[in-house]
Amino acid sequence: MRVGIIGIGMTAFRPSTPEYNWKELMFEAASRAYADAAINPREDVDSFITCAEDYYEGFGIFDEFVPDQLGAALRPTCTVSGDGLQGLANAYMQIQTGLIDVAVVEAHSKASDVVTLDGIIEHALDPIWNKPLGAHPFVVAGLEADAYLRGTRTSPKALAAVVAKNRRNGLRNPLAAYGAAVDADQAMQSEERFAPIRALDISNPADGCVVLVLASDRAAKKLHADPVWIRGIGWASDSPSLETRDWTAATYARIAADMAYRLAKVRRPATDIDFAEVDDRFSYKELQHLESLGLAKKGEAGTRVLRGDYDADGRFPVNVSGGSLGCGNVFEATGLHRAGEVALQLRGDAGVRQLDGVRVGVAQSWRFVPSATGAVAVLGAGP
Amino acid sequence: MTARISRWPGIELRAADLLEGKITQTRFRPDAKYAWSAGEAMSRFLEELQNGRFIARTCHKCQRILFPPRMFCEECFRPTDEWTFIHDTGTIETFSVSYLDTDAKRITEPILVGVVSLDGASPKMGMMHYFGEMTKEEIRIGMRVKAEWKPPTERRGSVLDIRYFRPLREGER
Repeated sequence: MRVGIIGIGMTAFRPSTPEYNWKELMFEAASRAYADAAINPREDVDSFITCAEDYYEGFGIFDEFVPDQLGAALRPTCTVSGDGLQGLANAYMQIQTGLIDVAVVEAHSKASDVVTLDGIIEHALDPIWNKPLGAHPFVVAGLEADAYLRGTRTSPKALAAVVAKNRRNGLRNPLAAYGAAVDADQAMQSEERFAPIRALDISNPADGCVVLVLASDRAAKKLHADPVWIRGIGWASDSPSLETRDWTAATYARIAADMAYRLAKVRRPATDIDFAEVDDRFSYKELQHLESLGLAKKGEAGTRVLRGDYDADGRFPVNVSGGSLGCGNVFEATGLHRAGEVALQLRGDAGVRQLDGVRVGVAQSWRFVPSATGAVAVLGAGP
Repeated sequence: MTARISRWPGIELRAADLLEGKITQTRFRPDAKYAWSAGEAMSRFLEELQNGRFIARTCHKCQRILFPPRMFCEECFRPTDEWTFIHDTGTIETFSVSYLDTDAKRITEPILVGVVSLDGASPKMGMMHYFGEMTKEEIRIGMRVKAEWKPPTERRGSVLDIRYFRPLREGER
């Protein structure tokens, strides 16, 4: 059975949203998604999945507070404590069972509600083994960036090129919070934070909500929808231990991609896929992820970004949305945003940033520091 | 099975062992502070509490008066329509007599807590709060009650701007 995306709803991503609470933000994204799919959630949706981590929300049992603003009161709902792409995988599987025809996936960030965001991220470190050291949690990204640059002989200039590209791409995305005409020199000269990571290599937090509506091919036909198909999806987690993980490659992303490619019958990802939206919450992550997804050879992503291959008008556009560097770090909504962006491109609805003639795109997520967890979705245009 | 064993092998831990550091342990206090945006509906609701009144939202489709106010109707999944004030009197829907305080300490004078359906809102719309000026023998489901507000200068835009709900007095509305 094929499963497709028939509705896309996103709020704008913004550094803060003081006038709305997170429920009102979710209502906006859900309303947009249902209008896009031309469905009534009270009648047409069989299952609702939200993606959230209680520590980011600041209260327990987040899923209890979900139904009203999603149209899910007295309906089957559940929460995946993970990134939005992991929620997408769950919705995909629910539909594959044949029990569910139409499923909704939601993910959001209200990072501006968190006063001590660094403290919350720090709380994800192993409490006995790593946390007593008291290091800032982004040190983990610094360690990995250092290993990646050395292990692949990638120039720090490549990181600056990622920053400049994605911040500029953000200028062409009306939803992006941090679009800016930043050039590579500026990125290279920004303050050192977690060497080799500099201030501009780090995405800034943003608020926002993404809701996608999924349907089986039969339900999509009944609803007169023109779906973007989920051709393959996969997810994986590396060992949480900081001492045993690969550091140079994102092994979780490679395994997740293998799973998604197998389902999608993608044998040569570098030629079968037209463009990608990959996690770039630290600039090095974009390059590391591209290599782990088989979209660039090991050590080549850096030279290719410097050559302009990953520009919106390059040979293989990457993060045309602006990515997290341009749009903002929307935490658990990061992967779902990327899936939505790939779907918009495949539908031809990406506005001024629309790519020409794209048929297959990949969205990839990572669950942020200190995790080694990620998911990959391969999406394809109809019929 | 446990009932038959009077003495377990090993050495029992005492609270003092923990305090004296005889036990290997890791302590960490997370730096977790939040400042939630109340949003459009709750902000107006909290503001009106300072004025000593309850505000609700109406949904023209299902014809309900929604309290606490919300910008969307969960039944109809549509934006709500208008602001409207409701009364600070109501009826006890359900209550509990709590003999433990928030620290789970046993208390002799029990706390009366419950849910009040408020007059002017649709059925089953109201708030959970404390009850006062009544005993555990007097409280009952269906009892008519009224909000006992703090003086205006002490109100902070919190549900605690109401001290408790007390019995409605004769001739009062």
